Amino acid sequence: MRAFEYVVADSPAAARALARESGDARFYAGGTTLVDLMKSDVERPGRVIDISRLPLTAIELRGDVLRIGALARNSDVAYDPAVARRFPAVSEALLSGASGQIRNAATIGGNLLQRTRCTYFRETRWRCNKREPGSGCDALDGFNRGHAILGTSDSCIATYPGDLAVALCALSANVIVEGDAGERTVALDELYVLPGDRPERENTLAAGELITGIELRAEPLYEHSHYLKIRDRASYEFALASVACAIELEGGRIARARLALGGVATVPWRAREAEDLLAGSPPGDAAYRRAADAALAGARTRAHNGYKVELAKRAIVRALRTACGGAA
Amino acid sequence: MSGLVGAPVDRVDGRLKVTGAAKYSAEIALPGLVYGVMVLSTTASGTSQVDADAARRAPGVIAVMTPQNAPRVDSGGNGAGDRTLMVLQDEVVRYDRQPVAVVVADTFERATDAAAMVRVRYAAAPAVTRFDAAAEYKPASGGRDVDKHKGDAAAALAQAAVKVDGTYIVPVEHHNPMEPHATVAQWDGDQLTVYESTQGVINARRTLAQTFGIPTASVRVVSKFIGGGFGGKGSVWPHAVLAAMAAKLVNRPVKIVLSRPQMFGSVGFRPQTVQRVALGAGSDGRLSAIIHETSAQTSVFDEFMAGTGAISAVLYGTPNLTITHRLRRLNTSTPTFMRAPGEACGSFALESAMDELAYATGIDPVELRLRNDTQVDADGKPFSSRALREALRQGAERFGWSRRDPRPRSMRDGRLLVGMGVAAASYPTHRSAASALVRVNADGTALVQSSGVDIGTGAYTVFTQIAAEQLGLPVEQVRIELGDSAFPAAPNAGGSQLTASAGSAIKLAALDARAKLLALARGDASALIGGAAAIAALMRTGGVETIEGRSDAKPGDDAQKYAMHSFGAQFAEVRVDPDLGTVRVVRFVNAFGAGRILNEKTARSQYIGGAVWGIGMALLEHTRYDERSGRIMTANLAEYLVPVNADVPAIEPIIIPEDDPHVNEIGVKGIGEIGIVGAAAAIANAVYHATGKRVRDLPITPEKLLA
Repeated sequence: MRAFEYVVADSPAAARALARESGDARFYAGGTTLVDLMKSDVERPGRVIDISRLPLTAIELRGDVLRIGALARNSDVAYDPAVARRFPAVSEALLSGASGQIRNAATIGGNLLQRTRCTYFRETRWRCNKREPGSGCDALDGFNRGHAILGTSDSCIATYPGDLAVALCALSANVIVEGDAGERTVALDELYVLPGDRPERENTLAAGELITGIELRAEPLYEHSHYLKIRDRASYEFALASVACAIELEGGRIARARLALGGVATVPWRAREAEDLLAGSPPGDAAYRRAADAALAGARTRAHNGYKVELAKRAIVRALRTACGGAA
Repeated sequence: MSGLVGAPVDRVDGRLKVTGAAKYSAEIALPGLVYGVMVLSTTASGTSQVDADAARRAPGVIAVMTPQNAPRVDSGGNGAGDRTLMVLQDEVVRYDRQPVAVVVADTFERATDAAAMVRVRYAAAPAVTRFDAAAEYKPASGGRDVDKHKGDAAAALAQAAVKVDGTYIVPVEHHNPMEPHATVAQWDGDQLTVYESTQGVINARRTLAQTFGIPTASVRVVSKFIGGGFGGKGSVWPHAVLAAMAAKLVNRPVKIVLSRPQMFGSVGFRPQTVQRVALGAGSDGRLSAIIHETSAQTSVFDEFMAGTGAISAVLYGTPNLTITHRLRRLNTSTPTFMRAPGEACGSFALESAMDELAYATGIDPVELRLRNDTQVDADGKPFSSRALREALRQGAERFGWSRRDPRPRSMRDGRLLVGMGVAAASYPTHRSAASALVRVNADGTALVQSSGVDIGTGAYTVFTQIAAEQLGLPVEQVRIELGDSAFPAAPNAGGSQLTASAGSAIKLAALDARAKLLALARGDASALIGGAAAIAALMRTGGVETIEGRSDAKPGDDAQKYAMHSFGAQFAEVRVDPDLGTVRVVRFVNAFGAGRILNEKTARSQYIGGAVWGIGMALLEHTRYDERSGRIMTANLAEYLVPVNADVPAIEPIIIPEDDPHVNEIGVKGIGEIGIVGAAAAIANAVYHATGKRVRDLPITPEKLLA
């Protein structure tokens, strides 16, 4: 780990000012991703700005809008009664992630920006366009069992590793960002950017911007949302594939559906074509499979991750079945 | 205190461990101690050129040891079983994560920081990084049977009414004990003292003395507490030698503790094995032929061979048998012993094949194994005792095997497929020469000393029980000291042999002390009844300060007359999600006959641990490489998966009582390794029963069940 300056911010504005004046700063909240990556020399901030004491921990349901402070702990959000009842996929996603100890430390805002588990990114001895722009990508023809099949490019196939953002993506959450011009709201799936030929750029946050919270608008549909995570071991592992979905039935047909994928894409992956196919269809495996085929139609596989296409499709069918069971 | 041996006595070192009072090697503090951090290679083959200028200038750095300034040592590889150690004697790199420099600084943090500043350039050389690309050769014996032939197995197989023939793959696995390897080395003139996380201080002393070219008597190795070894701490590895070299270079004591990623470097692993097992049988299921051919990897500079096929000479009777072992050289560090080396992998192949034979013959898998039970091994030697039949019977009963519908995919729990699988187990009973000291003090209490190391299995406790029982003392009145090469010699805590060897020596030493006490009492045994108080009175009367019982216990000639092995049976129940390919073990019953059990509590822990390892082997553990470069891709506990609590179901060990007068003085066979033997096969067989899919390459991950 390289030497760095540690400063404590006493307000969001102060945190942003500290970041702006540094140029190579990182905000530190739960530290569950940042510290690991600093130890392995992947993250090399000159300044670490501790924002963990800022008053951004509230979880409030006002009318139909749930607002979660960026520094709310993952475990607190997961067990919040309003979250569990109105947005069960969010609870399920949070509880499927990491371990109890890590969930107690990790924060919602930091979790959104969790960085990839790609070993080629996390060990500095490899070529990685995300870590060192233009250096090349050793994952393309390397060991890539865990890598993405959607949203990839010739520069990067690193998987977005998180669970929470996948559920938030399906439920059309907004991210609240504070910048010099005040607060702005960005749709969650517009927070992330595809790697393209600039995989070092992972999101649309401007320098010095700080995530202060997320917003979810409660809809009846979301009360039947569900998050399914597939992995090798029963707990404490990143997803091989995951699905967040919500479904609403009307008159024996699917009125609306929401679908997002994790563990298979470079960003939290909203499957809108699949949603459109589901809308109006009678519920059942035939419709689910059609939707799954559509969701994975653009998949590009590498040597070791071909299985993810079929695994993701089956996960979609299973998750929709479960959600529909709740909605029926 | 008769009846003390066998009782479920609490660990005598338990309080020390849970309160943090037990000092592990990494916690040893010495005056003037400085910290070494290794810089590891990032290439699997080539020559290194180290630029340490920046590191040498970094704050707190005392020295950077490279091939240029490293003390010269004998890096080994001089004989059978002697490892070649890459310890900065030249610039040649032969595997990924090989030490290429050591930074020594006044704190661990500063050494770590400076280590990151060391720049290494490599002149690349060709590397063999794929198992399939490595040429196969016949190894030298290394003390085990490379090939074994009885009858004509190929001909018998060709003529067999029923045959199965499959290839089974167990990948590279790493030990991953909780406690990382750690060494503290200190020189006092030509005297070397090493605090080392090792499974055997005598073996470590010999290797270190040879490496530094000094008399054995000049080396002392201490290893008081070990947080798991599993075979990985059975050898001296480069970091231990490097710590002593660095201590010499800077003339201060040096500590080197490996990080978790470094645990995937130069400290050994379970080599990949590709095994062909072919079985021929009559329609009644009786075996007419077993062919067990193993191809395994070793390093480009050393030879390590586990007796993978040996179990096929032991578990079942057959008139025709062929066992072969071949090796392939890859650019990796040298593989090593890992929990039941040989048997763990060999049993996966043999016991999967037996399951396939059960389906091919239509005979129940438990019944098939009973039909092929034998009273002699492949050499015709009778077994000193053999509990296979009883383990299968009792295990099946406890497990509820009779509820199993043998048809694949026939049992369900909701949408999940239910599978029940069985496998047999055996592990040889080893024993080596050992000595021990039992000293009776003036106050009637006793001190036991052996150089044997308790690697977490409970040696402190069972050895205390043995001595206490012979002296008629409660365990609280017996103090035990282990893990110091200054104490009477004992072999490694490996091969499940420490208890058999050192335990026998301690019993004999205690008997020697008791005989001297009896002589003091003029043969009146009643004078010894009453614990320490009675003995103290006796010694006071006799005017004796201390009494020393000593022993030299050696294997007897029974080992020539009998085949000595533990036997057991493993039963696993799984739930498989047929759509998603996920497998969870929901129940596990294992039954073992392993001679006399000295402590039921610690024994059960060993059997439970073996089953947990079986779950990891069957479903999770897999060291992955980038095959272009030979670099390890899973060098942490997020990518190298071991079972977490959620993966571990109720495990119910059954202890089959066994009284074997032939194995050793205390009647034990060793229990550290048999728990994993067959465990992975039982799970794989359960997966077949659940799904109808025979997975012959471990681990059984979702993608293998999706098709």
